Amino acid sequence: MIVENSEVILSVKNLTAEVGGVEILKGLDLEIKAGEVHAIMGPNGSGKSTFSKVLAGHPAYTVTGGEILYKGKNLLDLEPEIRAREGIFLAFQYPLEIPGVTNSDFLRLSYNNLRKHKGLEEFDLIDFDDFIQEKLEIVEMNPSFLSRSVNEGFSGGEKKRNEILQMAILDPTLAILDETDSGLDIDALRIVAGGVNKLSTPDNSSLVITHYQRLLNYIIPDFIHVMENGKIILTGDKNLALELEEKGYDWLKEEEAIAA
Amino acid sequence: MAIQVTEKFVSQIVDLRSAITNLTKDTSEFVSELRQIASDRLSTLSFPTTKDEEWKYTDVSSLKKLTFTAQSAISEDIEALIAKHSAPEASDNLIVFVNGQYSEQFSNITGAAPELVIGTLATLGDRILPKLRSHLAQHPDTNDYFASLNTACMEDVAIAIVPKNLVVEKPIQFLFVATPQLSAATLLTQPRCLVIAEAHSNLTFIQTFVGNDDQPYFSNTVTEVWLAEGAQVNHTEVQWQSDRAVHINTTAIAQARNSVYKNQSISLGAKISRQNSVVHQMAEQTETSLTGLAFIDGEQMADTHSVIAHNYPHGSSKQLHKCIADGRSHAIFNGKIQVSKLAQQTDSAQLSRNLLLSGKARVDTKPQLEIFADNVKCAHGATVSQLEAEEIFYLQSRAIDAESAVNLLTYAFATEAIAQIPILSVRRSLSDFVLEKTKA
Repeated sequence: MIVENSEVILSVKNLTAEVGGVEILKGLDLEIKAGEVHAIMGPNGSGKSTFSKVLAGHPAYTVTGGEILYKGKNLLDLEPEIRAREGIFLAFQYPLEIPGVTNSDFLRLSYNNLRKHKGLEEFDLIDFDDFIQEKLEIVEMNPSFLSRSVNEGFSGGEKKRNEILQMAILDPTLAILDETDSGLDIDALRIVAGGVNKLSTPDNSSLVITHYQRLLNYIIPDFIHVMENGKIILTGDKNLALELEEKGYDWLKEEEAIAA
Repeated sequence: MAIQVTEKFVSQIVDLRSAITNLTKDTSEFVSELRQIASDRLSTLSFPTTKDEEWKYTDVSSLKKLTFTAQSAISEDIEALIAKHSAPEASDNLIVFVNGQYSEQFSNITGAAPELVIGTLATLGDRILPKLRSHLAQHPDTNDYFASLNTACMEDVAIAIVPKNLVVEKPIQFLFVATPQLSAATLLTQPRCLVIAEAHSNLTFIQTFVGNDDQPYFSNTVTEVWLAEGAQVNHTEVQWQSDRAVHINTTAIAQARNSVYKNQSISLGAKISRQNSVVHQMAEQTETSLTGLAFIDGEQMADTHSVIAHNYPHGSSKQLHKCIADGRSHAIFNGKIQVSKLAQQTDSAQLSRNLLLSGKARVDTKPQLEIFADNVKCAHGATVSQLEAEEIFYLQSRAIDAESAVNLLTYAFATEAIAQIPILSVRRSLSDFVLEKTKA
């Protein structure tokens, strides 16, 4: 939701970044305020996923110029785990499997790191068990998932629900969903989107990265940005998604060519 | 003559063996025969060197420079060692050997199932002699150099015989403890185990090898496991010797029709360890599962050589071997899968996964497939890696710092193998060890 005079959560100015010596982001600007849901759409290779990884602090991506302010502070100074503790959450497009670590141990370790950061006492097994039960409901997840290894043998939908469960636990200020809809059937999509909506408050914000309009039927964005060749070339409201769905991305490239 | 040099090593060790006084007459004669056959064979074998393909990476020549003793006083920490390493689940079925000698004091088989034959060569006596004749030192893969050395010096043997159709509810544990003392001579122990699971019986057993780290010692073990038709055996081997020990262990398995053998072999200790595991599928439809973990550090070296011989149709095998090498340690895995011409419809999968935690650690891994049948499924794979940046980043993005992430992933890597062990207390103590090692 768009809230009058709300706090600026994220401010990105003229951001450039490269991976493996190849420049992917080429002057990206974006501002997200508390309460807002933003979507970034764009063709494959336009830099959407790179942007999400830069925000989360992936070591393979190097920022070569511009700035990112998160709640007024320079985000690029912070290690990935500090960003996570400060409220940046990235739901992975391809969540990793960690055989040998149970989901509950992983989630508890993650959550206790957050609590420590906030100066709170760590949760023991019993505290955590109470806490996790209500979070499981958000993504309609069976408690038996907790005793399984992290993502190992999970279906695509289960992995994505597990990502949203982690989001529910870490309660982020800025949630970045990287192609969370990819590989989901309609039921899983509804559950995942429902989870994200339940977690949305006037104090936090989301950045939804997607190739398709489908997800945006469930998570209604306040703004849609179209990314092409490493920068945002068009911003509109939710109706822009429908237009893109109908006309495809090539139409924009033509527009851009005419404008240039 | 080339064997001159080895003779000195062998003769020194063979001279240490004592006359057989503890056994009944017929058993004593049989063991003397076995000793003689093995001694004769040794005179035709050469001490393994790095020029031998099977010993390419593992140099045990330092053994030849040592003077050995078969005796050592029992140190004060013995009770603590035994308490730490004996599994509560097996408290009724515990056989303990200290410095190569059976310890009545620390063993406890009073609560063992009455049908179960458990004890030692000396305590069981002639009543099992017919079984000994057909099984003890009869496995074809107990004929190599070090296994022969063990047989040539055979004195006592830890034995479990599970009669037909008996399901042994509680696990059995064979615990071998070394307490080397300061001495001009190095302690040598040659533990020996024999397990016979008769038709359709079911047994879980643990072998644990430990020692204190006061002084170096050399442990040379042989274990034979025989599974009759339809028998199911789970075998957990925990090698937790002191970092000053040289440990050589031969595990020879023979499986009859429809039998299921599962093994978890964990190597944590020893300066140099060598695990030889050989499984022979001797009839149709046998199932074998081998899980290995070597977790080493410092200057340690852990070498695992395994052979699974599929000799008959419809056999299956699954093997997962994991090595974690830190410091300047060196882990070796050589996994041979043999599929003979007869062994059609064999289904075999082998995976060797290795994790290097330091730039100076080294892993040599070699899957070795020898397939002579044409209608079989044999999958194999080997990976050597450092932890992936992507995995560490995933955990970091979940508020976990990089160092804890590395530790957690290392722990997880080890735990996958440990999780296969069906005995809770063993699983726990190994997990605790790994957790301790992977703590920041």
